[in-house]
Amino acid sequence: MSRIAQTIRGALLMDFWGAFVMGLRYMAQPKATINYPFEKGPLSPRFRGQHALRRYANGEERCIACKLCEAVCPAQAITIEAEPREDGSRRTTRYDIDMVKCIYCGFCEEACPVDAIVEGPNFEFAAETREELYYDKEKLLANGDRWEREIARNLELDAPYR
Amino acid sequence: MLQVITFWILASVTVLSAFFVVAARNPVRSVLWLILAFFSAAGLFVLLGAEFLAMLLIVVYVGAVAVLFLFVVMMLDVDFTELKQGFLSYLPFGALVSIVLATELIIVGNAWTEANVVAPAGASATPEGVSNVEALGMLLYDDYAYFFQAAGLVLLVAMIGAIVLTLRHKPHIKRQNIAEQVGRDRKTAVTMQDVKSGEGLGE
Amino acid sequence: METMDPISFWNLPVSVEWTLVALAQILAFMIVLLISLAFLLLMDRKVWASVQMRKGPNVVGAFGLLQSFADFLKFVFKEIVVPAGADRTLFLIAPLITFVLAFIGWAVVPVAPGWVIADLNVGILYLFAISSLGVYGIIIGGWASNSKYPFLGALRSAAQMVSYEVSIGFIIVTVLLFAGSMNLSVIVEQQAGGFWNWNMLALHTLPVPMFLVMIPMTAIFFISALAETNRPPFDLPEAESELVAGYQVEYSSTPYLLFMIGEYLNIVLMCAMTTILFFGGWHAPFEFLSFLPPFFWFAAKVIFFFFMFAMVKALVPRYRYDQLMRLGWKIFLPTSLGAVVLVGAYVAYSGAAS
Repeated sequence: MSRIAQTIRGALLMDFWGAFVMGLRYMAQPKATINYPFEKGPLSPRFRGQHALRRYANGEERCIACKLCEAVCPAQAITIEAEPREDGSRRTTRYDIDMVKCIYCGFCEEACPVDAIVEGPNFEFAAETREELYYDKEKLLANGDRWEREIARNLELDAPYR
Repeated sequence: MLQVITFWILASVTVLSAFFVVAARNPVRSVLWLILAFFSAAGLFVLLGAEFLAMLLIVVYVGAVAVLFLFVVMMLDVDFTELKQGFLSYLPFGALVSIVLATELIIVGNAWTEANVVAPAGASATPEGVSNVEALGMLLYDDYAYFFQAAGLVLLVAMIGAIVLTLRHKPHIKRQNIAEQVGRDRKTAVTMQDVKSGEGLGE
Repeated sequence: METMDPISFWNLPVSVEWTLVALAQILAFMIVLLISLAFLLLMDRKVWASVQMRKGPNVVGAFGLLQSFADFLKFVFKEIVVPAGADRTLFLIAPLITFVLAFIGWAVVPVAPGWVIADLNVGILYLFAISSLGVYGIIIGGWASNSKYPFLGALRSAAQMVSYEVSIGFIIVTVLLFAGSMNLSVIVEQQAGGFWNWNMLALHTLPVPMFLVMIPMTAIFFISALAETNRPPFDLPEAESELVAGYQVEYSSTPYLLFMIGEYLNIVLMCAMTTILFFGGWHAPFEFLSFLPPFFWFAAKVIFFFFMFAMVKALVPRYRYDQLMRLGWKIFLPTSLGAVVLVGAYVAYSGAAS
């Protein structure tokens, strides 16, 4: 009996018409798409995007060249060289991140004792050459200056959960 | 005038492509030349006013038969160099066959003109007021209905023969019964079992 | 409506003016066809997108109206890559075959009374012949690529298109029996006078309920058209999950574009065939609606069927190959053959035969 019913259903294309009506209903629903470059989706405060080196409010760079991030980096994307500065404080002379190697795991951020290296909310840093993705200290500090407001806000929002 | 020019173009394309069917080194290209030959032959049919036959030639020969040719030829793994080596040794025999064929054709053609059958049978025009599709249909289904049916039967027998010769139902092979699969519903497909803890289904 | 005298098939009024007019007609038809194709392509993508709650292309031009033209430019400016070991001549001829065949099929399509380039009296057979040739572009392209996936795609497509042609042929025969002519204009004229006269319903045969035969034939024709044009759910020749892109794998740039245009033109041609054979061509569904021009009705119906093609693509999952063959040979072929017998019997015994 059910075989006959199924045959009739198949011959009448009932499954297709059901899907057709459902398709029409979905057509009327609001679109899930956002017009990306003009509208953007919400980002979590924990979003791990482009790296940045932060500074203290007085302009002093935070990084103390402890090399914890270099050690923890699973992709070995970070290279640090350090020397004492003229005033005797320990600072990096070189802080490079190879963004091509980086897997955006956020371990560097977690390892940093002074919140110097962070992954900011910026994810639109595509470049046309590999060289442009080889970030040096200057570039990272510039990122920090540029994104400081968002980074500080995100850290503050995320602080209760750490 | 246009007819004459068209005829010569189509005829020479037919002959040339027929030559290339034999001359092409790659069998796939041979088949493609053959298709071109069919195609220009269809053009010649149109020129004779037999557009129905022309379309049938294209549908049946070009659209189906040649596709199957191509299908088979493409799957062949032919060693072209080896194939070419034998070409010269077959040449005398091939030439003999084609000379005999040509002679026969010429004799038949001469006999035909002698017997004065050209006018009625050579290219008999379609009857007045009837399209050649209808004329063909009347011939096939009224005058020669029994022969038509007999030809159909012969084809049917050939088809059944081919199936009988090749169809093997191997035992121990799982086959799909789509009607059965589609006809399943929840009642026949799923059973609810009350499984006691630690005992499994006991089977 | 002027049909050509069948006997004087070649006695065309050949003169310079006639040739120029014919060429101008062909050119105009091609341009209109290509431009409408650009928008139909966009519609295809939009429908597909909106079923999936996406927006579809909406950046180039207002609502993305110029997207197809942008794609066209992009295709044309890319490099043509001919793979090593490919049969160069055939590789480049194959897309041209698809492209040209897709266009010449349109020569006999009557889009409005008298609006047809060549009013052949074997028009439907011509269309059938041309669509059966369409397989060559694919099969040659697949073979000439000298690559495995294209070859598999070509083989699949050859078997698939030959199989479904058979049932399409029989369905066309049922329509021919009603019309008593192979001329497409005559077939359309025969369906004049309201939607109940369309071949899909064929209510003019009442009290003989021929609609019980013709509605299934319409559905089978539509489904066979899907298979014939390699559209989902029968897009096995280019099944991306198994064959990457089938016969198109090695194609890039303009040859690929030609393949794509040819494919879409074939789809639109199939929509037009469905319209002409079963849905009354340029006739309005009701007499009082015929104040709108016939071309409008033809275009509206073609667009409707194109919409159905797009919906099917969006909704139905792909068939497996043996299921496809089963559907074609074991279900569609016997059904359409039976329909030919029934319609033939109706025409013979109702005295409808002219």
